[in-house]
Amino acid sequence: MHAYLDHAATTPMASEAVEAMMPFLTGRFGNPAGGHRESRWARRAVDDAREQIAALLGADFSEVVFTSGGTEADNLAVVGGWGSAAATRDSPPAMVCSAMEHHAVLHTCRALARRTGAELTEVPTAGDGTVDLAALAEACTPEVGLVSVMTVNNEIGTRQPVEAVARLVRDRSPSALFHTDAVQAVVWTDVGAQTAPADLVAVSAHKFGGPQGTGALVVRAGVPIGPLIHGGGQERDRRSGTPNVAGIVAMAAALTVAHAGRPETVTRVAGLRDRLADGLLASVTGATETAAREHRVAGHLHLRFAGLEQEALVILLDQAGVSVSAGAACASGAVEPSHVLVSMGLRPEEAAGAIRFSLGPTTTCAEIDHALAVVPAAVAQLRD
Amino acid sequence: MRVLVAMSGGVDSSVAAAVAAEEFGRDRVVGATLKLWGGSSDSGCCSVADVEDARRVADQLGLVHHVFNFADEFEERVVGPYVRGHADGRTPNPCIECNRHLKFDRLLDRARTLGFDAVATGHHARRRTTAEGRFRLCRGVDPAKDQSYVLAMLGQDQLARALFPIGEMTKAQVREEALRLGLRTAAKPDSQDVCFIRSDQGRAGFLGSRLPLHAGRLVDHVSGEDLGPVGAVELVTVGQRRGMGHGRDGRRRFVTRVDVPARRVWLGSPEDALAAEVRLHTVAWVDDAPAGGGDRCADPAGTVWRAVAQCSAHGRPVPSTVHPEGVGLLVRFAAPQRRIAPGQTVALYDPGRPEVVIGSGIAE
Repeated sequence: MHAYLDHAATTPMASEAVEAMMPFLTGRFGNPAGGHRESRWARRAVDDAREQIAALLGADFSEVVFTSGGTEADNLAVVGGWGSAAATRDSPPAMVCSAMEHHAVLHTCRALARRTGAELTEVPTAGDGTVDLAALAEACTPEVGLVSVMTVNNEIGTRQPVEAVARLVRDRSPSALFHTDAVQAVVWTDVGAQTAPADLVAVSAHKFGGPQGTGALVVRAGVPIGPLIHGGGQERDRRSGTPNVAGIVAMAAALTVAHAGRPETVTRVAGLRDRLADGLLASVTGATETAAREHRVAGHLHLRFAGLEQEALVILLDQAGVSVSAGAACASGAVEPSHVLVSMGLRPEEAAGAIRFSLGPTTTCAEIDHALAVVPAAVAQLRD
Repeated sequence: MRVLVAMSGGVDSSVAAAVAAEEFGRDRVVGATLKLWGGSSDSGCCSVADVEDARRVADQLGLVHHVFNFADEFEERVVGPYVRGHADGRTPNPCIECNRHLKFDRLLDRARTLGFDAVATGHHARRRTTAEGRFRLCRGVDPAKDQSYVLAMLGQDQLARALFPIGEMTKAQVREEALRLGLRTAAKPDSQDVCFIRSDQGRAGFLGSRLPLHAGRLVDHVSGEDLGPVGAVELVTVGQRRGMGHGRDGRRRFVTRVDVPARRVWLGSPEDALAAEVRLHTVAWVDDAPAGGGDRCADPAGTVWRAVAQCSAHGRPVPSTVHPEGVGLLVRFAAPQRRIAPGQTVALYDPGRPEVVIGSGIAE
């Protein structure tokens, strides 16, 4: 028996997505930029996909920019968004982001701040795992040119108050662009509705049953944003390079499936997640659940096992057939302390034994049973 | 028997993994690379290139591979003490402290909690089991590559769970085996020097980035006469010859003593640089301390033992007598030796069986 409980890292591809992309990996090849039939096939496929994705993300056809994934979408939003804000000012505009942002946002903001001298405020996380709105309000001055707060946190699964953040930005930093990284939100929430007040929205296909290496940034009409990648001027001059036709087609198919199945998925997976959470909290002493469930999306369970080494627990669970993750991994594959937990004010020893169980639409009852059987024994072995 | 192989990404531990996989079966052997150093090094940040080499070798051998992040402990147990040692005029051996605290403590613990029976490393050393079930630590068969010196602080508890799969091989045989198996590390150069110090930076650059370095005065060992300035007293080591010039008699001068707080470095002739004895603390015995009538090395009085001392990684073995002094030891050399810098480790070998390690201590 094996339980894959790391859907927040990547999801298995939906069969519909695999089927949709296959023709474009085989006979129906073509570069969308061209005057012949192969190009027309490819262009038609990308445009169909763009239309579907735009509709499901609550965006207009022309607002969807395809990228190589969530990280590129976040980079484009931060660098491009800040750049357009800077173009209209005399001094480099300030940036504000939540301290719990994915590194795709956080490190991009820091690099930009270092390079340009722009001021960057990283807003701490409140004890409930959501961005501290009072601190955010304080950071949002009229000089701010870009604000980035994610829709759902990737480590602890908390939904962020996107609507309230947007209002705050509008009121206090009226000339700022508001970017939200919605990479973790797609399976669990109606992203179109949730992110409607944002100027920039990043998504990534492999987090919702699509292939890796494909993502999109929604850039609202009228938001001027320059490219990171220069070349042939594809994607309305916002992202050059021949688009990943097969990936884009598969992303549209996966998004369609995820959207259609969402009500059922959320109810069913929340039940599984609750059973896993309640079972582990009952059977393992010294386990703490991070952030209240009402603040979290249905698939996330983040537990902290007091006094345990997360790195060892992940490996032990792997040996026992349960795939989970411990915070973020660096380039070498080593586990690093979680900046998200630190941003919530947890002490390093409190953050030490943190494990993320993330479920997805394909998670089964049997997988949860297996995890419930295996995790307490693994924790006991490590504490022995 | 389940074995965790510590794979650094070098050729020795690559072949150690291959030998272990052959002996125990690849489903019972797992590779692990320790992320010890978060800063920059000669192999790039976080040693990513070395981790990749280790992972690809593990892939090729069909082994599961993990990375363990022990960077905090490495800083606390190895880098910090190395820096503080220099600030106090001592010269600790970071490889020995890494073996003591990381590979044969932290990693052994990690291995045990993960259900492994032993940790294998790519050290050139051998472990033997006596008829009574005790473990002996012996030199590797390749005298030029023997690493028993940096393992001489291991005791029975650690040796019981340690394996050295390439200890019976010469370096040439190790490379030959790596080549035969087509391992990507077959021709990788041996690691040199201290792993957390970049070669473009050197010890001076590294310590200078961590410590305030102080200029001082050179002083004659015998007369106390001032001999001129010295750049940074923290970078000078007892026994050092390089950069110390020549005396009036035209002979080379050696550092005989360093006093960091007084900012003084004493220089002397080759004879002044010799010592008849050295005191050791942090004494560790491979087996029970040869107390009283310890069989192998006891002299008739029962309180002094004969041993062969080795004072650096590839130093010449020196016949000695060993005198217990409280929890420490006094080692008297049969013939005077170059002074041992405080902080350096002295490994002790069995005079009857010169490949067998008895124990070790750190020079005062």
